[in-house]
Amino acid sequence: MNVQAIVEGWAAGGAGPLGIPGPLVLAVTKVMLVVGAVLTLVPGLIWWERRLLSWMQDRIGPNRTGTITFGTKIAFRFFEIPLPKFLHNRKIRTFGLLQPIADGVKLFFKEDITPATIDRKVYFIAPALALFPAFALGGTLPWGASHVPFSEIAGGLYHILTPIADVEIGILYVLAISSLGAYGVILAGWASNNKYSLMGGLRASAQVISYELGMGVSLACVALAVGSLKMTEMVRAQEQPLWGGLPAVQNWFLFTPFGFVAAVIFLICIIAETNRAPFDLPEAENELIAGYHTEYSSMKFAVFFMGEYAAMFVLSGVFATVFLGGPNLMPVNWAYLADAYPAARGAFEGMAWVNYWLGPLAFLAKCAAGITFFIWLRATLPRLRYDQLMTLGWKVLLPAAVANFIVVGLWIVATEVYGPLGGWAAMLGAFAVLGVLYMNFAAATKASVLATGRRGVTMVDPSPRRSVKMVDPNKA
Amino acid sequence: MASEFLPILVLMTVSAVICAAMVTLSWVLGPKKTTPYKSSPYECGVAPQGDAKERFPIKFYLVAILFVLFDIEVVFLWSWITVFKDAPLDFKLFSGAVVGVYMILWIIGDAYVMKIGALDWDEATSLAPEKLLADAEAARAALPAPVPVRQGGL
Repeated sequence: MNVQAIVEGWAAGGAGPLGIPGPLVLAVTKVMLVVGAVLTLVPGLIWWERRLLSWMQDRIGPNRTGTITFGTKIAFRFFEIPLPKFLHNRKIRTFGLLQPIADGVKLFFKEDITPATIDRKVYFIAPALALFPAFALGGTLPWGASHVPFSEIAGGLYHILTPIADVEIGILYVLAISSLGAYGVILAGWASNNKYSLMGGLRASAQVISYELGMGVSLACVALAVGSLKMTEMVRAQEQPLWGGLPAVQNWFLFTPFGFVAAVIFLICIIAETNRAPFDLPEAENELIAGYHTEYSSMKFAVFFMGEYAAMFVLSGVFATVFLGGPNLMPVNWAYLADAYPAARGAFEGMAWVNYWLGPLAFLAKCAAGITFFIWLRATLPRLRYDQLMTLGWKVLLPAAVANFIVVGLWIVATEVYGPLGGWAAMLGAFAVLGVLYMNFAAATKASVLATGRRGVTMVDPSPRRSVKMVDPNKA
Repeated sequence: MASEFLPILVLMTVSAVICAAMVTLSWVLGPKKTTPYKSSPYECGVAPQGDAKERFPIKFYLVAILFVLFDIEVVFLWSWITVFKDAPLDFKLFSGAVVGVYMILWIIGDAYVMKIGALDWDEATSLAPEKLLADAEAARAALPAPVPVRQGGL
């Protein structure tokens, strides 16, 4: 039974099992693979965050849930089952991996407190709206290689199974869906009819839309350099020779100057988009209780929580696809090496196949690295003040992303007119000029901002001082 | 074309079903014992006063408007982005110059927004501090002279 032939038949439009049209069966399979992966990996991710944070804070963290200790038999009321010898007095440890699942089951059975003064419909829709984009985001992510090395096909399925839909608008889809997350948050804050929730929701929506600009423009830089919005094209562009001149190394956008700038901006923006520390102002617990999900309890609260984690996971996937070479294990062009060094051809071809088959694992490893970076940041950085947050988004990231965009455009034109070297010179020159301009501009705005010579949250209390009434003991 | 987006439709349906199921299941499974205290909004344990849907700072509105403006500017760029890389040189030079002018307008807009302090969230700077200072000085001058308090009294 040839799995590949069957799946290719579905893709070609043949009938699937039970007479259901093949493309529909294929679509459901692809969707289940991604949604299933997100659903199974999110508890693991929560566990990893709790464990890693614990280690960073010199604690142990959840490490016991799911430890099974066997005796010699399983005893029921009236009968007992003897256990096989090798299980006697053994322990099976799961290192606490089942803790988030236990929490989830518990939360399902907790009381779902619904405050009396809420806007009922919106209150129920909001958590669902917050979780929805986290699942739907994965629609255009290629988690496996889109083509087979050395053109001969031997059981390769990734190009059929990934991405869920290889549409022309890949990156636009990601931007469109990720911005839906703001609705869930603002509606939750508004519907709760709680002052703290409303403030949290407002803050969250202002933050998300502010950082969305930087995110969009930094992705636009890469899209301009690739000349397509397709995710698979992005990956393919990163498999080209590095800087157009080193054919043995892949051109991951993280390694190019403009790509590096875009990657840093994009990374900061996705941290702010998912409301993670140090940008977790919407849920700043010491000023806003729990922010927009103060009034949510039981699984509805957990849905917000899950939405945040799933979004972290999938946005790390976007980062891996756009800047880290997607499902490529290492930034090495094995096919080129195999042609260049015929003596070791076998070894390089073998590596190319390993690279192909371990693609999904490499992709997951890159996601895990991104998530670990998120957690590391949370353990390291204190929370920003709100005006710092807005300043960073609007006055630093957005101008930097726009400057980067202009540089990419200049680079493309200069490469065509003056050749590759001219292109690189133009890129570095433009970076220098725009950098100097930006520094001057930043200094100018800063000077006008600090014209009063003092800086503080509130410098002056304009209200007249309450005069203290004193009683003179001599007259009383 | 339609079949290309079929998997997206399936994905959206599946995610919508999962989200709806999660929200409804806890509603169905959990116990419901409401008391007046439990069902009042939680505002730090203090009895809530009035409705929460009050006026909120205008700055949030301003940020939203600016977002719409700047985001639309990016939206106009997307279609150009897809064709620029593989276009012939004369188109590249011409459209590049046009987009350059467009980006300059953008930068001027952004600089203007920063200059007028639309993005300043620091109260000390966004509320005309000179005026605040003058007001405070006037208020301080209008205060009656403080009554001297005898040390070691009572």
